[in-house]
Amino acid sequence: MASYLIRRILWIIPVLFVVSVITFTLMHLTPGGPWAREKRLSPETEARLNLEYGLDLPWHQQYINWVTDFIKLDLGPSYRYVDRDVNAIVSDGLGTTIHLGLMAFALAVVIGIPLGIFAALGHNRLPDYLSTGLSVIGIATPSFVLAIILVLIFSLGLNWFPATSNRWGDWHAWVLPTIALAGYPVAQVARYTRASMLEVTRKDYVRTAHSKGIRQRAVVVRHMIRNALIPVVTILGPVLAFLVTGSFVVEYFFGVPGIGRFYVQSIGTRDYSLLMAMTMLYAFTVAFLNVVVDVLYAYIDPRIRYS
Amino acid sequence: MATGSLAQTGAPVVARRSSGVWRDAFSRLRRNKLAMVGLVLVAALFIMGAIGPLIAPHKFYVLDVAAITENGFRPLHPFEPLSMRTGHILGTDDQGRDSLSRALDGAQISVSVALVVQFVVLLIGLPIGALAGWLGGRLDNLLMRFTDVMYAFPDLLLIILMSVTFRNTWFGQQFNGLLLVFVAIGLTSWVTVARLVRGQLLSLKEMEFVEAAKAIGVSDRRIVTKHLMPNAIGPIIVAITLGIPGAILAEATLAYLGVGVQPPRASWGSLISEGVKYIRSDPHLVLIPAVLIATALISFTFLGDGLRDALDPKLKGKQ
Amino acid sequence: MTSPSETAVEERNRVEISVGDNLATEVREREAKRATAENLLEVRNLSTHFFTVDGVVHAVDDVSFHLGYGETLGLVGESGCGKSVTALSLTRLVPDPPGKIVAGEIIFEGVDLLKLSNDEMRRLRGKDIGFIFQDPLSSLNPTLTIGYQISEAVRQHMGLSSRAAKDRVVELLSKVGIPRPRDRLNDYPFQFSGGMRQRAMIAIALSCDPKLLLADEPTTALDVTIQAQILELIGRLSDEFKTAVLMITHDLGIAAGMCDRINVMYAGRIVETGSTDQMFDKPRMPYTWGLLDSLPRMDDERGGKLRTIEGLPPLLIRLPDACRFNPRCPYAQDLCREKEPELTVREEGHLARCHATEPGGWIP
Repeated sequence: MASYLIRRILWIIPVLFVVSVITFTLMHLTPGGPWAREKRLSPETEARLNLEYGLDLPWHQQYINWVTDFIKLDLGPSYRYVDRDVNAIVSDGLGTTIHLGLMAFALAVVIGIPLGIFAALGHNRLPDYLSTGLSVIGIATPSFVLAIILVLIFSLGLNWFPATSNRWGDWHAWVLPTIALAGYPVAQVARYTRASMLEVTRKDYVRTAHSKGIRQRAVVVRHMIRNALIPVVTILGPVLAFLVTGSFVVEYFFGVPGIGRFYVQSIGTRDYSLLMAMTMLYAFTVAFLNVVVDVLYAYIDPRIRYS
Repeated sequence: MATGSLAQTGAPVVARRSSGVWRDAFSRLRRNKLAMVGLVLVAALFIMGAIGPLIAPHKFYVLDVAAITENGFRPLHPFEPLSMRTGHILGTDDQGRDSLSRALDGAQISVSVALVVQFVVLLIGLPIGALAGWLGGRLDNLLMRFTDVMYAFPDLLLIILMSVTFRNTWFGQQFNGLLLVFVAIGLTSWVTVARLVRGQLLSLKEMEFVEAAKAIGVSDRRIVTKHLMPNAIGPIIVAITLGIPGAILAEATLAYLGVGVQPPRASWGSLISEGVKYIRSDPHLVLIPAVLIATALISFTFLGDGLRDALDPKLKGKQ
Repeated sequence: MTSPSETAVEERNRVEISVGDNLATEVREREAKRATAENLLEVRNLSTHFFTVDGVVHAVDDVSFHLGYGETLGLVGESGCGKSVTALSLTRLVPDPPGKIVAGEIIFEGVDLLKLSNDEMRRLRGKDIGFIFQDPLSSLNPTLTIGYQISEAVRQHMGLSSRAAKDRVVELLSKVGIPRPRDRLNDYPFQFSGGMRQRAMIAIALSCDPKLLLADEPTTALDVTIQAQILELIGRLSDEFKTAVLMITHDLGIAAGMCDRINVMYAGRIVETGSTDQMFDKPRMPYTWGLLDSLPRMDDERGGKLRTIEGLPPLLIRLPDACRFNPRCPYAQDLCREKEPELTVREEGHLARCHATEPGGWIP
């Protein structure tokens, strides 16, 4: 187990390496550079800025500089917001983004899993139809569309929750963004749980459990749910990845003060270091969360834990 | 008493009906109501995308200034008298562009995304998977490590990055950026198919070993192809069908963020981003593309699920 | 004043003693009932059908037999003949949908099981009726310890505390021949070998000292070398506790070694029934001859072909009124194709379903 854990963690390094190389290359292939704005700068100014920011150096040199800085956790200056550097921008919003992602994840697990279980237990009857219906809506609706619908109903219609807010300490503002972000994960988790439960129902050991004469509820909880949830852990990885990458769309829409907003903006403005940093940050988060999920999976399946 | 082996002396009481893998699959698919609904909707979507823009009352990029002016420079609403009179059944946007025509153009975009992206996926994934599976050894190892890393890179990030990088190049300008979208999404989606193909080839090699090692008496190569081909093609078809919703969603998200297909083309995603500001007064601007996206995603998902259930060998023979 | 731990030990001892006492009484009672030839189980006209899209499969068709206390009855036939479904029907574990017990009575200790409520039936399972399944790997929950799985029935039906249950499990494990049982309590199924897993399954089936044990091909999934051990174990334990056993197998050799009486099943019907001696001495049904014949013998020529019964069993849908074995039977005549034979007596306790071997038939 321990060696598995270590191997999985070490795996993050080549992943980040490849991500950084690809991102770096793409960034520098973009015509126009970071200084292309509405007003064209004079060539001398551009040259001076390039010198100052080290952009006149050959690529591999720039990359090495970037890597050494990155290892020291120095994410570089922002090319857009000339008075702030990326570290400051990121640390401002990171906590908020993580908060939003965690809440959506909690929603996905707390609603998605029971939904899937009840659908499977009430197979081809009302609970199944309801759950499948909700799952379908969750999958088929992109998060920004779901956000729009939620705003239509709950903000403009019922005025229960705000569409955007300045008071993010107040929990009201978090409700709609969380639901919008959680829609797809809830649906996927529910569908997967349902499929897994249905498969477990057919297993021989469930028949053995019945043959012992134990109560139905005990069969379901002790034998079925435990075994059904193990494969569900495998999709938590993609779900978490979605939460990370989908968060910036939702943040953009609702104006949540996280780093997603900056990411979207840096897309438009070719702010090199900000874009590099954000991409690396997102990639690292996804890779790390995947490792956590893998380890969790190895832990809860005794066949893997003890081998 | 005990005799020698008993010879067969007559026709069986009731002959066992032989079942073909494909026939089984088709009948199972037909019985799956949700999958059939999905199939119908997918067909409708394809028709919309193929001939829709040709039969639309207006071109999607034409501004009907007269109608707008008559309406006080506000978008026309669906099914209102003015709209019906001017041929804008589903209304217009704030500049007089016909909503129905734009929606149909969006359908064409989504349909082309569905087809072309999967084509790219096959183009890249099949050879790589085949190489890895067939040659095995070092190459297989290398390719698998590479795909592991690609897998770990969050799709959307890479797609956005590529779109942003190349959108002002010659390549990125083709077809209003649609070509770039195809390639970007395709480049991030081929991993699943590559893995599938590799897996199938690995088991094929195994099977030939078995065949050589034990003379089962069924050395007919046709049987190998009869059993192997359905096994290989099936999961690939399922993977492709289930990959389409992701591609459509990615394209819509790109358009929503402004980095996908460029105006004047009317991707559903850009229709939504344009329509948000009018959500109070003219909700149809957002609702029409939203409903269409939802329908497209649902229909391909149901169809893909149905195909998977129909082709799953574990379910063969069971009810 | 007794200390808490002492009271706990006393309590445990008391429970154990009462369990032991109860069992001793139970065994005596079973022996007594056997002596009076009262039947533990009487199955009358049992029919279990599966409703599929391709038609209704008559998996078990009008099957009747009986089983006395402490008796071992063999249910023999090839794959698909309905023997497993029969066993599942006895405990009402047939998957529904698509299966359904459509007719018949299952009289267990004087009570028709088919008329019981689900809850009443549940209370019999595991307690009075134990089941040993064919594949011990898939029949054991991979994520629960062996000790826990064995203790489940005991805790449910006998209300033992977890400490007492653990002791009972250790006792069971050693009884089924698993070494160092206390150490292996917390092992998972995948840590056991195939033979040991099946021993664990036997422990589960016998954990509450059932009156009836249903053994569905308990050795088919095991190594040949282990098979004999498992069969010997089942035989020994059922003798010790006077447990009636329904031994389901496709192997007549196994049936010969373990059973007092044998039922031969074919295509959902019982085609011959009698004591083991009668079966092997004077089988009166061509299918039985084929089965006996297909057993390899010591004096067989080396390198010779194995003897088989050619052809396939019929599809169990829309069967006509004819002998179901007739397409594969070399002695079939027109009568066999026109009318299905009934189970009729050949000698005392020995019945067969064949026109040819009936008195006046064409095989003397």
